This record gives sequence, C-alpha cells and structure tokens, in this order.
Amino acid sequence: MAGLYFTGIFKCSPEYPDAPGRDRFIMSKGHGVPALYSILSRLGFFGREHLKSLRKIDSLLQGHPRYGATPGIDFSAGSLGQGLSVANGIALGYRRQGLQGRVYCLMGDGELQEGQIWEAALTTAQLGLHQVCAIIDNNHVQLDGSTASIKKMEPIADKWRSFGWHVIGAQGHDLDDVQRAYRAAMAEMRRPSVIIAETIKGKGVSFMENNCEWHSNAPTREELELALTEIREERSDPAAKMGVAVHHGLRLKERA
Amino acid sequence: MLMRMIPPRDGYGKALLRLCAEDSRIVVLDADVAKSTRTIWVKEQFPASFIDMGVSEQDMIGTAAGLAMTGMIPYASTYSAFLTGRAYDQIRSAVCHDNLNVKMAGAHAGFSVGPEGAIHQSLEDVAMMRVLPNMAVVVPCDALQVEKAVYAIRDVPGPCFVRFGREAAPVVTDADTPFEPGVARLIRDGGDVAIFANGIMVYEAIKAGEMLAVRGYTALIADIHTVKPLDAAFILSAAEKTGAVVTAEEHQKSGGLGGAVAELLSENAPAPVMRVGTDDIYGESGSPEDLMRKYGLTAEQIVASALAAMAMKRRG
Repeated sequence: MAGLYFTGIFKCSPEYPDAPGRDRFIMSKGHGVPALYSILSRLGFFGREHLKSLRKIDSLLQGHPRYGATPGIDFSAGSLGQGLSVANGIALGYRRQGLQGRVYCLMGDGELQEGQIWEAALTTAQLGLHQVCAIIDNNHVQLDGSTASIKKMEPIADKWRSFGWHVIGAQGHDLDDVQRAYRAAMAEMRRPSVIIAETIKGKGVSFMENNCEWHSNAPTREELELALTEIREERSDPAAKMGVAVHHGLRLKERA
Repeated sequence: MLMRMIPPRDGYGKALLRLCAEDSRIVVLDADVAKSTRTIWVKEQFPASFIDMGVSEQDMIGTAAGLAMTGMIPYASTYSAFLTGRAYDQIRSAVCHDNLNVKMAGAHAGFSVGPEGAIHQSLEDVAMMRVLPNMAVVVPCDALQVEKAVYAIRDVPGPCFVRFGREAAPVVTDADTPFEPGVARLIRDGGDVAIFANGIMVYEAIKAGEMLAVRGYTALIADIHTVKPLDAAFILSAAEKTGAVVTAEEHQKSGGLGGAVAELLSENAPAPVMRVGTDDIYGESGSPEDLMRKYGLTAEQIVASALAAMAMKRRG
C-alpha cells in the first residue's frame, strides 16, 4: 500500500477524494484497514486525531472499511472475497464513460479460498479489463493457521495465469520492487495484472512474525515499545534488508 | 370474462429497451439466463449496454455495485431464487449497506417456473429482500405494471428489487392505469373487509371480491405492489374502515406482504389479519396453475380467509 500511495503511482487527491475517474483502491481484505487509515491520515484525507477513535462508537474509522463513511475509502469490506467483482464493475463503468482511472484490489492469500474471487477473475480476463490491478498479500497465514495446512492455495501464480491474467511477482516488503511491479502492471494494456507480493505477517517484530495469533490482536504498551524498537533496529541494520527472506513456516509463539 | 394473458417477464424486457434507448447510464447484466429473463432483447438491440456475467450470481451483484459507484445504473437480472439466495451476502454488504443505485430483477418468481421444481421456485425472496436496510421491494401484478415499475425505479435512487413471473398471466391493468412506487392502488372500494394483494394474486383478489359480493359483502381491494416502503397511511385507513384484513401473495405467509401488513397494523391499528400464501413449505414440480391450487393460492382461499377475518371482527 505504501508503494501505491507514497510514490505517486496512485492518482487520487485528498482535496477531491470523490473525483470522478480517480484511481480507486479496493481493500478486499478489509481487516487490514488500520494500515490504510494510517496512510490516508498521513496524506491528509482526514486528521491524524481520528486514528485514536478506531473501532469506537461514532468514529470515522470503522473496524472494517466503510464506503462513504471515511474519505479515501472506496469499498465496504468485511465479507471476504467480494472486492474484485466490485473493482471490475468500477473499471467497466470507467470504460463506458471514457475515464482513465485504474482500480487496485488488495486480497489476502487466505481470502483466495472464497469462490467469488475466481468468478470475478474470469470476468476481468473475459472483458479485458487491463485497468484492474489485483494485489495478493501472500503471507501464507490465515486466521486458523498456515494457509498450507488449512487449504493450500499454492501455486497461486499458476492459478492466475491459467485464468488469463498477467502475473507479476514481487517482494512485498521491498518498496523498490513493489514499485517496479506496479509499473509493469500499468504497462500491460491487454490483460489484467496481478501482483503476487510475498510478505511476512508481522514483519520485523520477532514475536509477531508469521504468528497468526496476531491477526487482529492489539499489542500491550510494552509489546508495542518492543516492536517499535525491533523495527527501528532492522531498518538501520543493512544485513537485515527488508523483504529478502520469506519464511514459510508458522511459528506459534505464545504472546509475551 | 376472457382475460388478456402476457408473460410478466415481457414487461421487463420492454422496459429495459425503453431505458437503454434513452439513458446511457443503463447497464443490463444477466447470469446466463438472458433468453428467460428477456434481457436477450437488450443484447440484440443495445449490445453495448449488456453484459452476460455467465453462471455467477455473486460476481454479477458485485460488478453491479462497482458500476453503480461510477454513476451507472445497473439492472442485474436472473431467476429470483438464485439472485436473492445465492447472492444474498453481496446484496446485503456490497449493495444495500452502501445504498448503491443497483436495480435487481427477480424473474421466474413464485410458482411461475413450476415444472422445474422447488429449488427454482422463489417463495422467500420478498422476505429476504424486505429486511435489508435501504432496499425497496416491488411486486407488480401483471406485465404492464412490470414494465411501468422497471421504468419508474430508474428514478428512485438506491437499491430496488422487483420480482415477477415467467408464464403468461392475466393482465389486470391497462396502459393508462397509474403506477407510482410506494403508492398503493385502490382497485375496488368496500366496507366489510380489506384485501391487500400483490403480484399474480391481485387477479385472484379481484375474483374473490366478486365472489364475496355474491354473498352480500363489500370488499375493499387494493394492489400493494410496493412492499417496501409500505404505503402505511393507505393500509391503516383501509384497515380502520373495514376492521378485517386479508393479505394475498405468491410467497411464504411469513416475512412478505402479509408479514409487513401484520407488523404495521399490530403496532398502529390492531385488526384481524388473515394471510394467504404458502405455509412454511417448499413447492414441487407441476404446472403453475396446479401448484397455485394445491398450495392454496386461489380466490376461494381468499374468500375463506375474508369470512374468517370478518367472523373474528364480529367476535371483537
């Protein structure tokens, strides 16, 4: 998401969040919305003071993204597997009206277990909606454990390729690599593109990495301090370059 | 009396042709039943306004939601049983939750798809759609009213579900009969009992009114084509005037028109309400007429219910 919003690739202005023909970001894996809220507030879609009201009554920031409630949010998610169909519909509407906007749709690898995504993937390819760019957050973990142990989704790239998509691999924690992937998607003018971003859930925090216990839990104050320290250390340590190692195993560390 | 018979679905196709001819925002979607729903007429005459989504009801509704987000007005069409059942979550969270301007057409509703059997027969759709916030629900009484309703809802912002049948059905209105979404249509005035009907049961209600007249009762008969938002003022006034109410619909007794009327009256003007509909049961294969008879969707059943309601009124 940072690769989209902080690099000028994503065309949408906080001054005109409802501009027709703007690029749209469909966060199909809606549970990840706190990260998007953080980005939107930094870009000025709404004030940073709202971040503290997340999930509280009368808040601008709902627990899952709510279209129309929050500036910059383009889709109401929560029921997994629905975003790509909506992205297709937006792209069709743009095409019909001669608008140039692109539509990005972020999905989780566990979310790919929803059948509607594959209905939608067929539609995108059938209608040649090259303005649609899907992104798979391939972190290999879902709520009940590792994706491989519950319902194996690999080989994900082969699946999308066979559905008629232009498949692009990327290291999800490497900003340069993610930008390269977005630009490759933009250059494809015939087929829809899917970026399969290898990621590590809880990247950079030893007790969170690949641990599905942290899927939606909030850290305590001490855990937060520790996590921020570890992230800062990793950032300054050239040996731990972001996005190099992808650890597929599942470490079920107990919460500290 | 020899009735003119037209399949209600023809009204859907005709309205869509009119809409596509005059409004570039219209997009018609179907889920591989374009011949059945008559959206094939759009495909033939306005191919740029038509998308066949294949056998993918959930994807169809999601796509319609996306189209609506860009200002288009999608009409998503398929058998009512599969539209409302298979795609319920999409209708709930992608369309109604965001109050998107998506029109949904439930074709082959009720018993009109008779020989196909119980799975194709939608007898729960009105209940499922009515409970969703922001949704409007319209059940027109004949092909002409389907055409007027499908055309009229274009100008009612927000999600709307229209359901209609497959087989040729009696035409009980004419070209000049007014149709306004949300406004009940009085067919016949009376003082002994009020009969509220919609869909194909409007024809049965008119017949029942004649049968009650022979017995010396005057029945107020109204076409409640819009189940949501309900014309509360009209229904309350008719119920207060007659003191006895019958509802009639090609749907389960619970949750549809009968449920909506009973809810309204119990809170505002309690009166005996007898509901004619299917009684918590699935259908089976058979001709629509045979099914209607077997499951009690007849003028005779409406008369029996009216007599029962009037008896309850007398007992106080």
